[in-house]
This record gives sequence, structure tokens and C-alpha cells, in this order.
Amino acid sequence: MPENDRISLLRAHLDQALSPVRLEIVDESHKHIGHAGAGGGGHFNVTVVSPAFAGKSTLERHRLVYLAVAVLMRTEIHALGIRALTPEEEKDGCQ
Amino acid sequence: MDVMDRIKSTVASNPVVIFMKGTPDFPQCGFSMRTVQALKACNVDFAYVDILAEPEIRASLPGFSNWPTFPQVFINGEFIGGCDITLDLFQKGELQIMAAQVATKN
Repeated sequence: MPENDRISLLRAHLDQALSPVRLEIVDESHKHIGHAGAGGGGHFNVTVVSPAFAGKSTLERHRLVYLAVAVLMRTEIHALGIRALTPEEEKDGCQ
Repeated sequence: MDVMDRIKSTVASNPVVIFMKGTPDFPQCGFSMRTVQALKACNVDFAYVDILAEPEIRASLPGFSNWPTFPQVFINGEFIGGCDITLDLFQKGELQIMAAQVATKN
């Protein structure tokens, strides 16, 4: 699948599940061309800013993100780098 | 022993274990490489499973841990996270503390 379609799919799934106030998706697939483990899927870094993360640990936040894109993890996505912040945390400039 | 029992026994019998692509000396993926470097920097003994050589574990571990990607790090039987979380813990100094506690206990 072309990269732009993958990004649209990712965006659609994350929008629907987490209603982010900001969502940034960076395609890093070019860094993984020819590497043994990639299996044809893309590699993306996502920054998701959503109130849905409030009161949740990093592990729980990442699980929410993976859950939102679960159907894509089997085929279209090989790896996902995740930054998951609440709107308040982003305003404070912390991680 | 079926594959789920093998996973449980690996996680239970090793205070620190990483399921990764490749080996600590020859990682086959940048994420596995960075995560294993953080573990090495903690000066703790850790076990590893090369999931490229263990297709059954590769297929079953995500269901066990409720986590879809590799690497995966377990400390004291508990799933800690993948690359992002492990590196985050390392940068905050928390991984070093967890490792030191493991080293003292054993």
C-alpha cells in the first residue's frame, strides 16, 4: 500500500479512537529499507495529544494507541514510535 | 511444553528478559538495538530470546503481553514496555533503579 494511504488510515483510526487535539504522523519507513525484521510494513512516529490519556501511565497510553490501530499492526505497520501526551502536558512542555 | 508455558517459564525464571530481533551482540533491528543498549548500560544480567529464531514465541508473545511489537522487556515477571518506554525509563534513571533492585534481590 502507498505510504500516503497508510498515513491516512493511521490518522483515521487514531482520530476515531482518541479524538486527539493534535496528531502528528511522520513516516520513517525509509530508515528500514532492507532490514531483516520489517516484513514489508511501514514505520511511523506518531505524536498524539489527547485528553483520553489523562491519569494513565505511559504503558497504558501506548496500549490505547496500539489498540486504536490494531487492525493495521498486522499488515501495514511494522513499527510505531509513540509520544502520547495530554493537552495539559503539551502546554507545559513536558514529556 | 507448549509455547505459552515456555513464555511464562522464561519470564518467571529470568529477573530481566528481553524478547528481541537478533541477539544483544548482533541486533537485527534498530529498536531492539537501542533497547538492549539501555539494558547493557544498567549493568544488570539479563536473558534474551531472539524471536527471529523462535517463530512460535514471536507469534504468541503479543497475545501474552497485550503488546503488538518487539522488542519487549520484562522485569520481575512484569511487562515493562517496548523500545520507547524502556528508553524513557532509562533517561529518567528509573530503569537503573529497577535493575539495581533486581541485582540486590538475586
